[in-house]
Amino acid sequence: MSLFIQLLVNSIIAGSIYALVAIGYTMVYGVLKFINFAHGDLAMVGAYITFVLLKLLGFPIIPSILIAIFSVALLGILIEKIAYKPLREVSRLAPLITAIAVSMFLQSAVLLILGARTQIIKTGTMKGLMFLGAYITPIQIVIIATSILLMILLHLYLKYTKLGKAMRATSDDMTIASVVGIQVDKVISSVFGIGSALAAVAGILIAFETNLNPTMGFFIGIKAFAAAVVGGIGSVRGAMLGGLLIGFAENFGIWYIPTGYKNSVAFIILVLVLLIRPSGIFGIKPEEEFKQ
Amino acid sequence: MSYLFHIVILFCIYSMLSLSLNMIVGLTGMFNLGHIAFFGIGAYCSALLALQGLPFMLCLFLGALLAGVIGYFIGIPTLKLKGDYLAIATLGLGEFIRSVFNNWMGLTRGPMGLPGIPKPNIFSLHIKSTESYLILVLIIFFLTFLIIEKLFRSPYGRVLKGIREDEFAAEALGKDVFRFKLHALFLGCFFAGMAGSLYAHYISFIDPSSFTIQQTIFILIMVVLGGMGNNIGAILGAAIVISIPELLRLLNLPGPVTGALKQMTFSILLILLILFRPGGILGREKSRVERFEEVDDNLED
Repeated sequence: MSLFIQLLVNSIIAGSIYALVAIGYTMVYGVLKFINFAHGDLAMVGAYITFVLLKLLGFPIIPSILIAIFSVALLGILIEKIAYKPLREVSRLAPLITAIAVSMFLQSAVLLILGARTQIIKTGTMKGLMFLGAYITPIQIVIIATSILLMILLHLYLKYTKLGKAMRATSDDMTIASVVGIQVDKVISSVFGIGSALAAVAGILIAFETNLNPTMGFFIGIKAFAAAVVGGIGSVRGAMLGGLLIGFAENFGIWYIPTGYKNSVAFIILVLVLLIRPSGIFGIKPEEEFKQ
Repeated sequence: MSYLFHIVILFCIYSMLSLSLNMIVGLTGMFNLGHIAFFGIGAYCSALLALQGLPFMLCLFLGALLAGVIGYFIGIPTLKLKGDYLAIATLGLGEFIRSVFNNWMGLTRGPMGLPGIPKPNIFSLHIKSTESYLILVLIIFFLTFLIIEKLFRSPYGRVLKGIREDEFAAEALGKDVFRFKLHALFLGCFFAGMAGSLYAHYISFIDPSSFTIQQTIFILIMVVLGGMGNNIGAILGAAIVISIPELLRLLNLPGPVTGALKQMTFSILLILLILFRPGGILGREKSRVERFEEVDDNLED
């Protein structure tokens, strides 16, 4: 029983992180209809900026985190302007290729500056709290609380603010949105800003919970992408649910399959969902958009 | 001199890979991001059979065949997906295949890799030295190039090109688009497997770290660099991608820095290329549909 609760807790922790990253994928996809391959690497960059400020430059913790989130948001906006915007009208594959290149660029930049070594932020071991027979550390509680808080805020933002409404409108139909006077470019920039900031938060949370290495973005990215697809790509609610589902599948999956395949669980779910119900749980896109 | 031979051998092997991916991505327009997995399947299959004492030519063929067959069966479900979804699905499956290499300890020895893969032995002709291996690789590379080039120009290749340009039009003309795509995928994976076999027998050691997504991206860069859908371009792309790290080595930086610098150079190159010369260095000739569209655009202006 306690193993079950432990796995449950682990699933929720992993799931809330995937959900944060998945939201960025789904928002970008909703507006631009393309997979931002570099999204996971933005999480990695966020983690590394925090690491550099906190550990190497000796900044206090809160400013380090805020600076990291803010700079990753700016980086996301900048990347869109340089690498994706000129290709918006060309084809769907051209921005996918540049996104792959951006992902590689971010990884190599971190490699050049800090090397391939795995880095650690946390100092000392933290005392775990017992919770219904499962161990949970204070950081893990922070992870869950932060994720829930940010998702509620995002939901309210999209629902009630002017820019949030503009985002939803642009996601529905970009042309018509621009006809009714929505500044599409501004909306796209804010989508990239918010999505990247959320990715950065996820990356920083991972950095505090485990460790950092330059290739961490790839696995975060692919799992979050799977989460976005499972939930129904383009749907923010779906991304949250999908994140949790992937977290559950991964943690409970190791009951049945060898641990070496843990990272593959998300891939397999992704492929299965794409084949069986590509529009996901909250499918808001017609099936034809996925299949030939 | 043997260093130069070594580079040329690698160039030939990677050219075969980039030719095979060009057939899938460039000719038929299927975005396969798991291509390196088929290279890996060829390498593992051929190496394992050779370690059992099977003759090299048979290992080479069976490695390629297994890669092709697995590609074919992976294609049956995934080819129903569109552009970027196909890309992500193949990426996922490619990583899955790599995790099989990593975890099937009994067969592949996992992360420890397979050492001592024997050098080829063709009809009592021992291919031990780098020079003789170079000749073998050159012959197979040249044959592969001829076959793929012939295929590109055949009516069959034109159907594939038609599918790339306009799937519905091809379907309307009575072509079984799905079957054609499957065949193209089979052939592409077949040649990738063959390249993998040549790689395994040349390096004589393989482990799962040689078949990561990053390798797929390097092959993709070869194809995009030269010009998608252009075979000479794919070879030129391979030449550039193989020679850049060698040139970076001349800078005499420490190993890890060179690796990171290589990645960075490629990523910047790729972004600039897509932004300013999406057709690649050689580009592909414009299709009739595109020319018509241009005329259309001009008329509208």
